[in-house]
Amino acid sequence: MTLLILRRLLGFALTLLAISAAVFFLMNVLPGDPAMVILGIESTEDARAALRDQLGLNDPVIWRYLAWLGGAVQGDFGVSYSFKVPVAELIAERLPMTLALAGLATVVTVALALVLGVYAATHHGRAGDWAVMAFSQLGIAIPAFWLSMLLVILFAVTLRWLPPGGFPGWDDPIAALRALILPATALALVQSAVLARVTRSAMLEVMRQTYIRTATATGLSPARVMWRHALPNALVPIVTIIGMQVANLVTGTIVIENVFYLPGLGRLVFQAISNRDLITVQAMVTLFAAIVVTANFLVDLAYLWIDPRLRART
Amino acid sequence: MRLPANLLIGGTLVALVLGTAALSLVWTPHDATRIVVAMKFQPPSWSHPLGTDQLGRDVVSQLMVGARNSVAIALVAVLLGGGIGTALGLLAAAVGGWVEEVVMRLADFSFAFPALLFAIMLAAVFGPSLTNAVIAIAFINIPVFARVARASAAQVWTRGYVLAAASAGRGRAAITWDHVIPNVLAPVTVQLTIEFAVGILAEAALSYLGLGVQPPTPSWGRMLSEAQTLLYLAPQLAIWPGVCIMVAVLGFNLLGDGLRDLSDPMLRRAR
Repeated sequence: MTLLILRRLLGFALTLLAISAAVFFLMNVLPGDPAMVILGIESTEDARAALRDQLGLNDPVIWRYLAWLGGAVQGDFGVSYSFKVPVAELIAERLPMTLALAGLATVVTVALALVLGVYAATHHGRAGDWAVMAFSQLGIAIPAFWLSMLLVILFAVTLRWLPPGGFPGWDDPIAALRALILPATALALVQSAVLARVTRSAMLEVMRQTYIRTATATGLSPARVMWRHALPNALVPIVTIIGMQVANLVTGTIVIENVFYLPGLGRLVFQAISNRDLITVQAMVTLFAAIVVTANFLVDLAYLWIDPRLRART
Repeated sequence: MRLPANLLIGGTLVALVLGTAALSLVWTPHDATRIVVAMKFQPPSWSHPLGTDQLGRDVVSQLMVGARNSVAIALVAVLLGGGIGTALGLLAAAVGGWVEEVVMRLADFSFAFPALLFAIMLAAVFGPSLTNAVIAIAFINIPVFARVARASAAQVWTRGYVLAAASAGRGRAAITWDHVIPNVLAPVTVQLTIEFAVGILAEAALSYLGLGVQPPTPSWGRMLSEAQTLLYLAPQLAIWPGVCIMVAVLGFNLLGDGLRDLSDPMLRRAR
């Protein structure tokens, strides 16, 4: 068991290392001269030489990578070229916004998907099942940013119940929550479409098992059979999809923050792109990719907790 | 044999989208990019069935040209990524050993980079462009197809007729060509259809964010990003491009599901 976790941990660390290297070399070797990318073609050779010197671009690329990596593991991602403050500071300022949005969306996604999926499975072949499947197909086909715009048209422009975008800050928690309702709903509706479908098919599979028939035969209520006996056994595929959806959640959050003008990491990365701030973009992309990999690592560990049979196989 | 309903509905929607895209090559009601400021925000009429936008451009014409651009971008990107991925998957299955290990670990690893992240990197380095969007969408398709092709090919390699061909002296390349590829074609085609839907969604999102199709070329995603600044003034402009994206994605997804059901009788019975 311990050995298994250690092996997974090693693989996780190696993947993180590979990601940092891939991002670094793609963004530093491909463009030729990063000073040219940052300053633009209209810049003078002197200005570019000065910037190259300042960024340490005259050192060998391996050396620069190791220096960057050494800083990054200590939380130092360098100084943003356009904001003139450490990138770590920029990230720390905006992380709560992004985490709040992603967290709220995930809670709504999982709750909605489990309820819809279990409902569809228990009403297999009936109208409710069809409705959930139709919701799922539509949810997969609708881009989150378009759904956001429809929600804004309905709840902000027409009904005027909620703000159309922007963020008032955390000082007023009620206003902050109101600003997050539409973005989180848009993300959750799209995300739960896939998850509800997987929950449904995983539940249908489990409900065919004999132990479910036995549980029902012992006189347990259908609800108890469903939530206590069937759902835990259906969790492995469900958790797998939740883990795979973290990549969608990360990109979804980036997009949605730009739709609603929320000052989170997703806004930051687009500001950095338009400012040609390679240092900030590099840190952000590494961070986003690391989040995806970390989520998949946690899902791997979660299997061991959900399914005791896997623990035996060390 | 009865055709599955999703195959019929999906096929109809896909035919509608492809037909519109093809038609836009020879005819649109108006020039999609022609600006007539005096005609801005026209309500629907016989001349402009869905009205005009903030610059007086005809919405229907823009949607038609948008269909062509979306389909073309998704097609190029998915075929490119699918081709490379399938080739890698076939290679991994045919050679095995460390080659297979390397290909599959690379596939695992590239899952950490969703298309948007890859496009963000390319945009930061080279500036936003359509080419970068195509490369980003193609890139994320490589591991998907490498896995599908390897999994199906690995099964074929264990079959008796492959062993027979190998013992008759046929090389790995010849066996791949004669026996493996024909058997891998069905799952790869199903995956192509589904990834096509993903590609259309990705193109729309990238163009919406300004990382894909650049102005003045019409695209569904770009029309939505322009409409977003006008939600209070002209909310109707935000409706139709989204409906088009939804119809196209839904169509390809249903068609993919239908093709899979058709090619896998076991699955059909289980449903």
